[in-house]
Amino acid sequence: MVILPLPRFRQTSEILKLMHKKENIRNIGIIAHIDHGKTTMTDSLLAEAGLLSPRIAGEARALDYLEEEQRRGITIKTANISLLHDVGGRPYVINLIDTPGHVDFTGKVTRALRAVDGAVVVVDAVEEVMVQTEIVTRQALEERVRPVLFINKVDRLIKELRLTPSEVQDKFMRIIRDFNNLIEIYGEPEFKKKWKVDPQKETVAFGSALHKWGFTLKIAEEKGVKFSDILEAYMQGRHQKLAQLIPLHNAILDMVVEKVPNPIEAQRYRLPRIWKGDLASEIGKAMLNCDDNGPTVMCITMAQMDPQSGLLATGRLLSGFVKEGDQVYLVGARKDYRIQQVSMYMGAFREVVDKITAGNIAALLGLDLARAGETLVDLAHKDVMVPFERIKYVSEPVITIAIEPKHPKDLPRLLDAMNKLSIEDPNLITTINRETGEYLLSGMGELHLEITVKFLQDYGGGLEIMTSAPIVAYRESVAGKGIVAMAKSPNKHNRFWVQVEPLEEKVINLIEAGKIADEMGRKQVGNILFKEAGWPVEEARNIWAIDEHRNMLINAMKGVQHLREAREMIIAGFRWACRAGPLCEEPMRGVKVKLMDAQLHGDPAHRGPAQIMPAIRRAILGSFLTGKPVLLEPIYKIGVSVPARWVGDCISIITRKRGKILASEYKGVLSMITGYIPVAETFGLSTEMRSATSGHALWQCTFDHWERIPENIASEVIRRIRERKGLPPEKPTPDMFIGEEQRAMRSETL
Amino acid sequence: MLAGFEALSELVFVGVGLHDEGGISLKGLEEVRSADSVFIELYTSLLPNFSLERFEALVGKGLRVVSRRELEEDHGEVVLRVAERGKAVLLVPGDPFIATTHVALRIAAEKRGIRTRVIHGASIISAAVGLSGLHNYKFGKSVTIPFSENFSETPYLVIAQNKELGLHTLCLLDIDAERNRYLGVREALETLLKVEEKRKMGVVTRATLAVVVARAGSQNPTVKAGFVDELLNYDFGGPPYSLIFPGKLHFMEAEALKVLAGAPSSVMELVE
Ligand SMILES: Nc1nc2c(ncn2[C@@H]2O[C@H](COP(=O)(O)OP(=O)(O)O)[C@@H](O)[C@H]2O)c(=O)[nH]1
Repeated sequence: MVILPLPRFRQTSEILKLMHKKENIRNIGIIAHIDHGKTTMTDSLLAEAGLLSPRIAGEARALDYLEEEQRRGITIKTANISLLHDVGGRPYVINLIDTPGHVDFTGKVTRALRAVDGAVVVVDAVEEVMVQTEIVTRQALEERVRPVLFINKVDRLIKELRLTPSEVQDKFMRIIRDFNNLIEIYGEPEFKKKWKVDPQKETVAFGSALHKWGFTLKIAEEKGVKFSDILEAYMQGRHQKLAQLIPLHNAILDMVVEKVPNPIEAQRYRLPRIWKGDLASEIGKAMLNCDDNGPTVMCITMAQMDPQSGLLATGRLLSGFVKEGDQVYLVGARKDYRIQQVSMYMGAFREVVDKITAGNIAALLGLDLARAGETLVDLAHKDVMVPFERIKYVSEPVITIAIEPKHPKDLPRLLDAMNKLSIEDPNLITTINRETGEYLLSGMGELHLEITVKFLQDYGGGLEIMTSAPIVAYRESVAGKGIVAMAKSPNKHNRFWVQVEPLEEKVINLIEAGKIADEMGRKQVGNILFKEAGWPVEEARNIWAIDEHRNMLINAMKGVQHLREAREMIIAGFRWACRAGPLCEEPMRGVKVKLMDAQLHGDPAHRGPAQIMPAIRRAILGSFLTGKPVLLEPIYKIGVSVPARWVGDCISIITRKRGKILASEYKGVLSMITGYIPVAETFGLSTEMRSATSGHALWQCTFDHWERIPENIASEVIRRIRERKGLPPEKPTPDMFIGEEQRAMRSETL
Repeated sequence: MLAGFEALSELVFVGVGLHDEGGISLKGLEEVRSADSVFIELYTSLLPNFSLERFEALVGKGLRVVSRRELEEDHGEVVLRVAERGKAVLLVPGDPFIATTHVALRIAAEKRGIRTRVIHGASIISAAVGLSGLHNYKFGKSVTIPFSENFSETPYLVIAQNKELGLHTLCLLDIDAERNRYLGVREALETLLKVEEKRKMGVVTRATLAVVVARAGSQNPTVKAGFVDELLNYDFGGPPYSLIFPGKLHFMEAEALKVLAGAPSSVMELVE
């Protein structure tokens, strides 16, 4: 048993002083393929170099401190931590931001990397560079975050695989080569040469996070350690000594201090990439210079629910400073706030401070609508601030799994963890149905959900969770105009006439781009539809609701009595219909619903929600079924990088799975194939790709769009979904919703 | 089946009256006893002292309780299917077609060739009006005051319209019999006062005269006339409740309110 040294205890004021000296700050993230050792490494860094505030140091020795952490269920991996590290006699503060990059493989939402200037990429020496290594490295490069490499689990090469030194050497070379290939493919021309890693240049470290040792070539030379010494240590079962001789944190943190830029250097070249505002403006200049005296601008990178204090928002300050009581504005949420508390991370704990300045990471309380990706600015600049990237609260989770705790008594813990996670991950949708006992997770892909489950386990403190096979999400839509359908309320005393038709592509795009949204003023929405979609004024002016799946409710009725009182119930009925279409109860998408006429009972008791909502729903479903209903399936964009000799095999796998190839081109040694593939066809893709290319293909799938399912397979898909949901096998006919009077009514109007 | 001997196909709606099992008429009882199947719905009204077991013992038959879902969403299929092949009785609280929407079922039955008949019961409408001492021919439209989550201005507007014509308004207070929930008098008055605050038509203020009828049809109904201010905090005992907003008062009506409903003597000043 190794006795851990006491993490360094410093006065908060001393650290704050350090934080003003931006040359001594490094903001980094650790990124990795799942299970490659990110958590183990973070734990080890914290134990060795973590800061300890006086408050906590007074209470506990190091060991207790770690125990305390476990007892309280504070898992280090979900927190940001600050480390202290000396190089050449100078102290550096290293802020380690937790990177929820793992949960978003689409590259659309993750902004955690935005807060950091460098990233330690952990690669398992046994498994080498994997799919997710590629994805996270690419994301880092896209954000102009400089990567350095840590090759982990070297102990396994020695103890388990029993590789010879030259085989180990070969493996290292291959990992470095593959990693540099990623930089070659995804890096920008002006950075790629400088950023390619090289053991000689102190940008690669090797070691074992589990056994807490690691080295760069420079350290090995200094300490006179040779690879044979390490082999020998393991042979003799003395590997604990390695942790003292070449401790892991020295290797990693030396590399970080030497190679990751400080915030002033970094912001200068990173800002133009992450912010599209005017660089010559007051705000632009302040951020370029990481200026403490400029306007306050912060990029929120993480939102967490703290059970005691509510929503905790963590982010990077690009200019200015934050202090308690400051009036700030969230650009995405469009809301003013007063900062209730400012804190910084000391080790894994938060320490309340007066003020935090540009270039640093701060944690704020009191901003209940803050989410990852938000832009915070001081109130005085609220009208001129260009957000970092348009924040679209758009996510299209296309894969769902059902989960369940292994032990029923763990249910409350599971639900609690689900709730927390859904706030922290904007791309995750959690559905809790207490009545049916169904707990669903919907996300971007198989990997996203796999990791989400891992998180839930950790959040629940080692909770055991059982999962179902993944299910693909579909959408229901119409290809033509439906009839004006009439439906009655259950008590038959209220009637509605409704017509559905396809919502124009142009309008769907406006919704997707966030230009029109349900929460916007109706006048504003009307103006945009009139100007940008060419809608007639009459229609544009009467939008009643925009549903999350891109459906719209329009009121075309005039002079209907009691309509105002029924409005909310009508909208609720519309949303209900949109949630589950008639084909197989999948959500509708791209449907325009027009209310044509209505007759409402005079007494409010006979036109309550229980009457109005089902009537509206039935009328919509009835008209829908007469409007050439179609089923839409999600389509991934797939990118495969593979050595040239396997390109043909990959292309044929994709096309066999109803995919389409867009392009195939050489990128250095690898070829890059891009194309589309239906999400439903991607289960089992890994096995096929692996066996066809002997494991040499790397690929990633990101949701791209919805597409009509070919007619010849649609009915089979519908049948299977109905079966899974326990619905009658035959899809319904229009008259199951609109009934006999419909026919009479129609002949009257024709 | 022999030609000419078609099975009887009949649906009889029987009113159960108010408050308890004793409200059904002898005629109604006869119909129940001779029926092939007897259904009862208990969702349109609150019958505080009604016991299904006692009623079954009284009629000597098992009853099938039908839910709102079955009668409305499923269009009363359970009842109609039985009525097609014999005689079915549907027991309804109060009078079957007053303050309910069962006429839809009656129409559906007739369309399917099922004969329908009605045996009346006492209705809250006549009971409340009668107990108040006000004259029936001077009532205008009646209206239900819904629970606050279904807030509606309609009741206020109906009272206003009726008052305009000098007519009284009977307001039924909403119930949710399936969840055993009912709207209280205070809540109902507050809803109206809220509309008053917005509309300021002087229709329902704290100084407006109103009559509360509680537990009509029971042994000990409460009938209380007074100004809204007083009624807000008055204890009327258990539900169900109805509320009457008088229009112009005939002197006999004012007298009745005073003697039968404990109205303050100042009501006499309201006589036109
Ligand atoms: N043998 C060995 N196992 C390791 C090493 N680092 C991590 N592991 C193990 O690998 C598994 C995954 O590690 P973890 O840190 O949770 O990975 P993460 O998913 O990247 O956070 C755990 O069982 C660790 O104990 C290492 O250096 N050597």
